[in-house]
Amino acid sequence: MKTVIIKYNAGNVQSVMYALDRLGASYLLTDDEAEIRSADKVIFPGVGEASTAMAYLRERGLDKLIPSLKQPVLGTCVGMQLMCRYSEENNTTCMGIFDIDVRRFPNEAGLKVPHTGWNNIHTLRGPLTEGLNDNSYVYFVHSYAADVCPETTAICDYVRPFSAMLHRDNFYAAQFHAEISGNVGQRILENFLTL
Amino acid sequence: MLTKRIIPCLDIKDGRTVKGTNFVNLRDAGDPVALAAVYAEQGADELVFLDITATVDERKTLIELVRNVAHTINIPFTVGGGISSVADVSALLNAGADKISINSSAVRNPNLINELALEFGSQCVVVAIDTRFVNGEHIVHTHGGRKPTELRTIAWARELEERGAGEILLTSMDTDGTKAGFALELTAQISGAANIPVIASGGAGTMDHFVDVFTTGKADAGLAASIFHFKEIEIPDLKGYLREKGIEMRI
Repeated sequence: MKTVIIKYNAGNVQSVMYALDRLGASYLLTDDEAEIRSADKVIFPGVGEASTAMAYLRERGLDKLIPSLKQPVLGTCVGMQLMCRYSEENNTTCMGIFDIDVRRFPNEAGLKVPHTGWNNIHTLRGPLTEGLNDNSYVYFVHSYAADVCPETTAICDYVRPFSAMLHRDNFYAAQFHAEISGNVGQRILENFLTL
Repeated sequence: MLTKRIIPCLDIKDGRTVKGTNFVNLRDAGDPVALAAVYAEQGADELVFLDITATVDERKTLIELVRNVAHTINIPFTVGGGISSVADVSALLNAGADKISINSSAVRNPNLINELALEFGSQCVVVAIDTRFVNGEHIVHTHGGRKPTELRTIAWARELEERGAGEILLTSMDTDGTKAGFALELTAQISGAANIPVIASGGAGTMDHFVDVFTTGKADAGLAASIFHFKEIEIPDLKGYLREKGIEMRI
């Protein structure tokens, strides 16, 4: 099986690579179109700022490539946000794979932004959370989040309910960092790799 | 609900774990990678590694250690000690650290915080504050708490947030090593002054101290070292106890 991690300017992908190592999965980190197209699984990670990341994707044509992929694609964190329609972060038009916008958490007393730490996900559905209990804990660090929509497959509550996971056709996404979310995160990655 | 976090801290010297009382009299408490794996398995929410003797030669040892830790555990971890440049941070993140922690270098060059936040994102920038109560004021200290600065602790915490720090690791040098409890009032003040998570450190001796720091102290995370390393408190017991007390915990 060939797993590709899409290489772009959005932060540190080392922990994703280590997580795949722990699962004994081999992978390739690349931005080459042919390599990405021929992969069995594609992981689209992301840490950083939305507009800079989108600009980079456009420069490389990856903004057209990613939505056209047919194999299972998993976007995480900012990767997930870039797969949505639009992000409030610097007013960024995103790839529009998921029909939902990404909004900043409002400042509310006692609720700090970024949403940092372990929170429970519920109303789970779809293949990636197979074998997990409702209200499993995963690790989040983010200031922006996609609203709940028909494509939501896991909900998390912080200030407001938001999409912790999304799924449409061959596209999957997680707002949290599955790669450092303990055994729960490991199971989600395993479920993705065995799709 | 977002949980409160329990964070064991591993002080590292020459690739080994050590922990002193009031930062002197270091004692050896084992192999950091093995210890990290045990803590992750026991339910630690995150780990902090502080390299307390980060010289140039030891840097390579640390990078190697970070790589081994990243390969072994599946929870987030932070690395601190001797970090003073974007290049230092880049090397640690590339080795697999999820976050880095800076302290003296942030005091010396506050602009470093902005640079790191811009380059790597606030989520990985933890700024540690060592603070001591001097003549009726909380004053930021450096060099393991030995050297006072001109900075007032609460104002400094606000400035860190403005500059783009993602979290504050607050160590009270007055309570550190005493096992008499965290500095509750100051922790609550910092937590109220800055809208980023505060990790409270220094003074944990009993499970009730953690209850106090999460309620009265309004901390987002509690950090401790020797009580975990010497098994005076076991993490599963602590988390069970805190949950019983109505504090949200990942169990």
